[in-house]
Amino acid sequence: MRPTLHLVHLYPGLLNLYGDRGNIITLQKRCAWRGIELRVHQIGLGESLPPDPVDLYFMGGDQDREQTVVERDLRERHREAIQNHVSAGVPFLAVCGSYQLLQQYYRPAEGPELVGLGIIDAYTVHPGHDVPRCVGNIVVEWEGGTIVGFENHGGRTYLQAGAAPLGRVIQGHGNNGEDGFEGARTGNVFGTYVHGSLLPKNPAFADLLLHLALKPRYPDYELEPLDDSLEATAHDAAIRRARAMRG
Amino acid sequence: MDSRAGSARRVTVSPRTMLALFVGKLAAVMTRSLGKGGGTSLPGLLATRVQPHLVRELASQLQRGTIVVSGTNGKTTTSRMLASILTEAGVSVLRNASGSNLTRGVASALIARFDLWGTIRSEVSTFGLFEVDEAALPEVVELVQPSKLLLNNLFRDQLDRYGEVAMVARLWSKAIARLPAAAIVIANADDPLVAEVAVNNSECPLYFGISSVPDKGSTGEHASDVKTCPRCGGPIEYTLVTLGHLGHYRCSNCEFVRPEPVVCAENVRLRGIDGSDFTLAAGDVSASVHFPLPGLYNVYNALAAAAAATALGIDMSQIATALGNATAAFGRMERLEVDGHTVYLALAKNPAGLNEVMRTILQSSEKANLLMLLNDNTADGHDVSWIWDADVEMLAGHTGQVAFSGTRAPDMALRFKYAEVSDERGGKSRIELNTEAGLVHALAGLGAGEVLFVVPTYTAMLDVRGVLTRLGHVNPYWEE
Repeated sequence: MRPTLHLVHLYPGLLNLYGDRGNIITLQKRCAWRGIELRVHQIGLGESLPPDPVDLYFMGGDQDREQTVVERDLRERHREAIQNHVSAGVPFLAVCGSYQLLQQYYRPAEGPELVGLGIIDAYTVHPGHDVPRCVGNIVVEWEGGTIVGFENHGGRTYLQAGAAPLGRVIQGHGNNGEDGFEGARTGNVFGTYVHGSLLPKNPAFADLLLHLALKPRYPDYELEPLDDSLEATAHDAAIRRARAMRG
Repeated sequence: MDSRAGSARRVTVSPRTMLALFVGKLAAVMTRSLGKGGGTSLPGLLATRVQPHLVRELASQLQRGTIVVSGTNGKTTTSRMLASILTEAGVSVLRNASGSNLTRGVASALIARFDLWGTIRSEVSTFGLFEVDEAALPEVVELVQPSKLLLNNLFRDQLDRYGEVAMVARLWSKAIARLPAAAIVIANADDPLVAEVAVNNSECPLYFGISSVPDKGSTGEHASDVKTCPRCGGPIEYTLVTLGHLGHYRCSNCEFVRPEPVVCAENVRLRGIDGSDFTLAAGDVSASVHFPLPGLYNVYNALAAAAAATALGIDMSQIATALGNATAAFGRMERLEVDGHTVYLALAKNPAGLNEVMRTILQSSEKANLLMLLNDNTADGHDVSWIWDADVEMLAGHTGQVAFSGTRAPDMALRFKYAEVSDERGGKSRIELNTEAGLVHALAGLGAGEVLFVVPTYTAMLDVRGVLTRLGHVNPYWEE
């Protein structure tokens, strides 16, 4: 039987900075090429989540201005449903500003503190516009090999006892530029600062998400391998370029 | 050297300024003789180290005044059109070289036109026209003290350098605050980000905008950088989207609305790669323009130049004539003949720019042969994620040979793979990091008389120009 997956893309109109769209395109194509149907439900401000099943969540990065608007809507409308889904193992990928919104709180450079969903046990502090942003190519070592991409964030994230890092920074800043960690994983919830976009050049990550999304409803379905030679070329070239630009 | 002194005004400058001029001129001679480029940057850099007030001192002698032109896209094309309008109206224009748009570039241009005694080399009064990088705007405005400031558009570009679009808007507000009291701000009414900056910081901005495009509706693009009202954060609604986030907009929550422009393009009809036709109108004066540059983005550039020329008192008919004779700036859908092939060089450095270039290519070619050149050097932006925001999907089914080159060629190849845009000649798309090799192979793959579209980022375009110059097909850019 051909599986059908339901992806909830939260606030696509507001949170789509830094090529986040590339992540959705990658998931869509990697499903289509295997005969899996991926239905993308775009949920904007004031809109309700689709009825179950929800198999995968994605939420992208943004500018600070949009983040404030989103924070309240997310907390008031979707907190409970998201918490139920993720505790049942539904995977969630949150990039940059959204990674921050899943944490305990975010203290921006100016304006009031934002209360996060508290799904990832961590917090983020923006040290002010005078402190340099964490910008540049980033290479991370994780359970699936390496992740390569680009980071650009002002906020510094500190993981607490309940959150494990996604990986270890080989090059770049990662969560805060101090402890050598990047991103977070809590159950099947992934938070990361890597964009660029994240998934096109890191197909192993994309396939892990699809694997986790399939597991509850299609436990026996095995993802067929794809020809990822171009992805590998781009991945390796980006690592070489990251090294060259550091030197 | 003194043969001109009779007609030019003698100005006393400080010995330090004279030393700075000497250093700058020496640097210009040296860089040229060493073949290191056109001396459009280093002379100014060194001279302003000697005399930090050099730009202020020299620019204040430009009797006709000065204009500073900024915006994410179209600075060079706009400046070029404004310069030709002014030149045809008999005004002597002093310009900085395109791409050399920081303080050092402005300084280099001034040094080249002043003599060692700090006197301008010109018989007639001279107007200063400087295109300036978005982030360098406050500094340059402070030094130049322009009589006009032109703000064309604000797109997402090089976020790794500028942080966020909102940050550039803050810089521009700062720049406007540093203008002399009588200065006029000329602003694009169709860009909500530009309009909000202009309306908040300037007494009475002169707005320009596109009134009507029969073929366009209110459908947005993925590349839109504005999702909420820049004033209150409420939802923003469009009745016309011209490109990206530009168009006719209004906030549904507060009173923020597109300002009514004074200088307008009415009834714009696109003619593909050959340009467009529109009516240029200001108040009750109008003229029809048969405009040879492609795309709505160039209509905005033409309008920006026309608005500035209007503010300088040039006749509408003269403006329309000059716009009708406009030619592409280097690398902006510039047409070249190379080994029996027509080659278009079409700079694309951000999603909005790439969308416009692709749209223009589709209008002119059934099966376009493409060489995509993606670099991630500092002037391009180190972050190439923007390619995922461009609607590359529109090319599917409309390509012939497709090749990729530049420092991040595999990233662009991947973007095309996921857009399912392939080399329809059946071959595997060629990836060649080296620009020269990429260009040579792309040309070699063409059939007799076939057209090639080369779509480079900024430094990749300079690389391509370098290769073509070496092969004798084009002139160095500083000779433009």
